[in-house]
Amino acid sequence: MQQQETDELEIDLLCEGIYRRYGFDFREYSRSSLKRRVNNLLGLERLATVSELQSKVLHDTRFMERFLLNLSISVTSMFRNPEMYLAFREKVVPLLKTYPSLRIWHAGCATGEEVYSMAILLKEEGLEKKTRIYATDFNEDVLKKAKAGIYPMSQMKEYTSNYIRAGGKASFSEYYSARYDNVILDPKLRKNIVFSKHNLATDSSFNEFNVIFCRNVMIYFNETLQERVHKLFHDSMCRFGILVLGNKESTRFTPFEKEYQDIDSRLRIYQRRK
Amino acid sequence: MARKLIVIGTSWGGLNALKTLFPHLPRGFSLPVAVAIHRLRESRGFLIDLLQKNSALPVMDAEDKMPIEAGHIYLAPADYHLLVEGEKFSLSVDRLVRMARPSVDVLFESCADVCGEGAIGVILTGGRDDGARGLARILTCGGTALVQNPETAENPSMPRSAIKATETKNIYDLPELGKRLCALDAANRNRLEREIIYDKTG
Ligand SMILES: C[S@@+](CC[C@H](N)C(=O)[O-])C[C@H]1O[C@@H](n2cnc3c(N)ncnc32)[C@H](O)[C@@H]1O
Repeated sequence: MQQQETDELEIDLLCEGIYRRYGFDFREYSRSSLKRRVNNLLGLERLATVSELQSKVLHDTRFMERFLLNLSISVTSMFRNPEMYLAFREKVVPLLKTYPSLRIWHAGCATGEEVYSMAILLKEEGLEKKTRIYATDFNEDVLKKAKAGIYPMSQMKEYTSNYIRAGGKASFSEYYSARYDNVILDPKLRKNIVFSKHNLATDSSFNEFNVIFCRNVMIYFNETLQERVHKLFHDSMCRFGILVLGNKESTRFTPFEKEYQDIDSRLRIYQRRK
Repeated sequence: MARKLIVIGTSWGGLNALKTLFPHLPRGFSLPVAVAIHRLRESRGFLIDLLQKNSALPVMDAEDKMPIEAGHIYLAPADYHLLVEGEKFSLSVDRLVRMARPSVDVLFESCADVCGEGAIGVILTGGRDDGARGLARILTCGGTALVQNPETAENPSMPRSAIKATETKNIYDLPELGKRLCALDAANRNRLEREIIYDKTG
């Protein structure tokens, strides 16, 4: 058997083991990036083979927590892809203004930057009072950070520039106060946000939404799991609801392509047809 | 398994190098090409437009789960790692790898894993050493390594690091590199034709 095939087999067994022991399902994650992360971890933990890693993961729950943290990389930023937020203001907000109340779901919200960006946008568009935002992730650690809303000061220059290009209507510094090397976001922004744990690979629909954001999460899933999650979103979406994906993701390579029309195909804003 | 894929890694001076290399890949060139070039985080379509003007093959940003098609040139999108996932691409926003996203090593290592002998890695001009590890992995998995001549590269550092890591003798100026890629493509097509004939005759 080739070395590569042995590697594949070991990762299969690792994923199966984790699923059976802890219920986290990595069996249908994109193999190539999963493999990279597992290999990184082998280096960090000074382990020689994936089988050794598997044994530690199965017997040592503390180790499993570390492993999970390492597997769910949560790189994110406020107003990531500012152009998308600008288009959202111009093309989606007018529609949202016609509804008496709104529910928005941020699936895979990581440490919350995307969620607060939305909260700021809604406030500036006068929509915050009638909106409830549901922010979910399967990693409790990042959710804790999201709830706290504390971010490094060093990021603010980039976020301010993003905010301006995203069509921000005020001054970005109005939304935070500085504390040493960190900033704390205005707690009022959090009033209409519910943070909770939800696993896209294993949990089901929990409400019906006017808008669903799922950006840079499904890139980590293989096509089978992507299809399942797209079905979950479709089932959780109002008629004419809005779906926003990451910059380089689309409905194009999924069976749900026909269910949505483009609001802005370049910026990955879609609308459910009926 | 082993499909064939050309992966190209470059950084400083890469735009000019690609503009020189691509005209050597004629219409009808059948191998797919994936490029990781260090580029600005928010760069819009201008890089694609520029390269398309210099190429007979279609040039585009790769997207998540996009099928890899013959004779297409795919670029790693700005601020994403590009990986090979079976017959498709996948993307990741994992941390920078040796200060780069897209990282040449990430693309090359996943190509080596998936394509094995079918992987053809090409390192062009660039600073530092991104791609050296990836190219070494391609060789280990039975693939082919090609490097731009450091003497004529705008920045010799990436080619030099790659040569050091692989001890490859396949060192060429850009026009020669183009010819080498065409020769590999021709060999691949002959092999495919033979297989088809073999299939037909039994
Ligand atoms: C790269 S972050 C994306 C953050 C944000 N949406 C953005 O685009 O900036 C990916 C997030 O997806 C989460 N994630 C991965 N698999 C998940 C799953 N099965 N269910 C829920 N969240 C998941 C990770 O924990 C991580 O926080």
